[in-house]
Amino acid sequence: MKLFFTVNGERRDLELDTRTTLLDALREHLHLTGSKKGCDHGQCGACTVMVGGRRINACLTLAVMHQGDEITTIEGLGSPDKLHPMQAAFVKHDGYQCGYCTPGQICSSVAVLEEIKAGIPSHVTADLNARPGLTADEIRERMSGNICRCGAYSNIVDAITEVAEQQA
Amino acid sequence: MKFDTPATTNPIDQLKVVGQPVDRIDGRLKTTGQAPYAYEHNDAVRDHAYGYVVGAAIAKGRITGMDLRAARAAPGVLAVVTAENAGALGKGRMNTARLLAGPEVDHYHQAVAVVVAETFEQARDAAQMVQVSYAGAEGAFDLAAARDLAEKVDQSASATGDFEGAFATAPVQLDATYTTPDQSHAMMEPHASIAAWDGDRLVVWTSNQMIEWGAGDLARTLNMPREKVRLISPFIGGGFGGKLFLRTDAVMAALGSRAARRPVKVALQRPLMINNTTHRPATIQRIRIGTGRDGRIVAIGHESWSGDQPGGGPETAVDQTRLLYTGANRLTQLRLAVLDLPEGNAMRAPGEAPGLMALEIAMDEMAEKLGMDPVEFRVINDTQVDPNDTSRPFSRRQLVECLRTGAEQFGWSRRSARPGQAREGSWLLGMGVAAAFRNNLVMTSGARVRLDGRGEVTVETDMTDIGTGSYTIIAQTAAEMMGVTIDKVTVRLGDSSFPASAGSGGQWGANSSTAGVYAACVKLRNAVARKLGFNSADAVFEDGQVRAGNRSVTLAEAAGGEGMVAEDAIEFGELSKRFQQSTFGAHFVEVGVDAATGEVRIRRMLAVCAAGRILNPKTARSQVIGAMTMGVGGALMEELAVDTRRGFFVNHDLAAYEVPVHADIPHQEVIFLDEVDPMSSPMKAKGVGELGLCGVAAAIANAIYNATGVRVRDYPITLDKHLDRLPELA
Ligand code: FES
Ligand code: FES
Repeated sequence: MKLFFTVNGERRDLELDTRTTLLDALREHLHLTGSKKGCDHGQCGACTVMVGGRRINACLTLAVMHQGDEITTIEGLGSPDKLHPMQAAFVKHDGYQCGYCTPGQICSSVAVLEEIKAGIPSHVTADLNARPGLTADEIRERMSGNICRCGAYSNIVDAITEVAEQQA
Repeated sequence: MKFDTPATTNPIDQLKVVGQPVDRIDGRLKTTGQAPYAYEHNDAVRDHAYGYVVGAAIAKGRITGMDLRAARAAPGVLAVVTAENAGALGKGRMNTARLLAGPEVDHYHQAVAVVVAETFEQARDAAQMVQVSYAGAEGAFDLAAARDLAEKVDQSASATGDFEGAFATAPVQLDATYTTPDQSHAMMEPHASIAAWDGDRLVVWTSNQMIEWGAGDLARTLNMPREKVRLISPFIGGGFGGKLFLRTDAVMAALGSRAARRPVKVALQRPLMINNTTHRPATIQRIRIGTGRDGRIVAIGHESWSGDQPGGGPETAVDQTRLLYTGANRLTQLRLAVLDLPEGNAMRAPGEAPGLMALEIAMDEMAEKLGMDPVEFRVINDTQVDPNDTSRPFSRRQLVECLRTGAEQFGWSRRSARPGQAREGSWLLGMGVAAAFRNNLVMTSGARVRLDGRGEVTVETDMTDIGTGSYTIIAQTAAEMMGVTIDKVTVRLGDSSFPASAGSGGQWGANSSTAGVYAACVKLRNAVARKLGFNSADAVFEDGQVRAGNRSVTLAEAAGGEGMVAEDAIEFGELSKRFQQSTFGAHFVEVGVDAATGEVRIRRMLAVCAAGRILNPKTARSQVIGAMTMGVGGALMEELAVDTRRGFFVNHDLAAYEVPVHADIPHQEVIFLDEVDPMSSPMKAKGVGELGLCGVAAAIANAIYNATGVRVRDYPITLDKHLDRLPELA
């Protein structure tokens, strides 16, 4: 079926099988392969993208559900010559090894800082009426849907913390 | 270049680029999503179709019939390949089980068919229509039940002195049995390949740690000449040993592509990976240690049982016990049972990882029996020579320094020797230590180095970067050798048309592959010097120039318009036999155990490593923290649950096979001791990627014991294993 959505600021018109996930629409049809497929079942976070500013697992949603939506992928955050501050912080802190979970980690990180800024509480937020803090515990909790089997977590938290401090 | 005498001073020792914590040169590509992984070579391959693999629904038996009519008639389907129509297939040298079942089935989720269709959705849909009937056979799936049938294996067997006699008369004894479960690599990128035929030539973009092995085994499997196969694998989304060998994604893509007459891409679907591919086999380990009252080991014995497919091998869990501690009377023995579970094979630090999970708890238990501090107990049982052959020294062995430095930095003196003493609210606190040990292996490794008319250097080798930082350390090596800055170096990896390298495995990759690049650079330097009429011993390569006496020429001029190229390989001689080459470390961990629920939380982790020259402290540190993270998984959560009736791993996806996530991991500290090892290679480096995992789980187990006073000898240490024995809540 025919549909369109906006990816990284550009309108894209597509004709897709109704079974095509948003992730496969991006990877296989638009050749935006920065979003990764680690499991295709919502278990790993490698496919994290932002839709309307909120992060989602692109493998868990069908493309046809996103008619007219604004989608941001890792390619929309920055490019090798013009890194987004979060991408630069991941390079500086070596917040990755194999790099396969990395686009998902970075999209999640950017969204997590927005979520904290917006006052959205998490499982570890002690006081639901107060604004959640920018603590390592908050970051770890909110990032826990993004698995990194290479185990770069300690460095990823350093990278996110640095960006959060720059923004503050 | 033959490496058979200890390295002397060479250009690497300048450490202008090597040894510096430079950012990864592929970092910008990886963080922007521009690094192409196996399934993503859309520029190279056009008009491809999609393959979807069907896995066997039984663990052992025969396929009695396949009804492919519905699948073949489904929309978009181009081909269905099974053993019936695949043609005669060979088996890779490194594979134990075949990569396509039929009519016999060797293990659960072994591939039985690949369905090729125009789109992924069509292939997936048609794959559900493949009807297979089976005649199941009895199989053996339970290691504990098969233990008594296990046969002795010569590999790793050793006996020095009179172990039985010395153990029987030792004043202090420990005889304990430990178990480690089956574990899965669970790398984030699934096994994936794109295959394209050009006549009788085959190109496969894939995700493989060992290009030369993979290309050879693909040719063997397809019964075609090796030189007609090309493998390309520039980026690999994690391997941990799971991508050491040819797997079915490459074979199914090649067969599917031949049948459909189109390039075909295949990624193993996540729920298929765990039973279709390899895993780290479970072990049962019996350890006996006898000491004098002074704590000196007089007898040490380590036996291990594991299982594998017929024709497979053992998990070599006793290896480190041959070399880690002193003691005149020693025994190591492996036993192997035939099991019909999926193929067991190497996972990060095969042998030592599960071996140290057991041995380093045993050392903790022994220290407690002796009333000694666990650090001191290890220190007094250090050895600077191979205990089985005391004429063979270690090349460098700083285990004691690792333990002492770690104890100091971690605040080990604050640990209470009596368990169950430290509390913080409802948390029981404990600290644990374990030694880390992993042998340093060396492998022949080749490279080609080009110098062009702009003075820029390009390195080509089939070495792979599985997240280890190969791109970066190879660039550092070439930059140091040729006297240029790192931005003047381009590194091209993972293509079987490049010189064969050591590949990535057994933590040999960094040292061996950079030594290969060193060898090629030496050759290129000599050629440049010769061309300029310089005496190559006097030629200095610095700042993009080559100098001798008062003559100086830029590399760009030296190379000229045509450029220059040199190719060589490093080959290792007898040094690794004359000297025992190993890497050492110490892991320190602090845990909290919830006194009410038994939940374990890691609070602090420190690793101290002595592993030769560290080529890039930034990427090396990442390898170690990554390994420490995997060690947390091994200690607390990772276990493939075996269905012993139906013969498969039940928790075969990332929801059910639990690995550590952000919330499980605290800030981690790593210290590298200053070390160079001139016996290892001209780089004087060793490996750290596996060392970082060795001993971590035991350090955690020991910390949990220190917190609770409850000793758990069965990994993973889930709360059910100590909940009923925790100290009373105050
Ligand atoms: S690929 Fe979407 S969560 Fe794993
Ligand atoms: S960098 Fe490899 S999985 Fe995270």
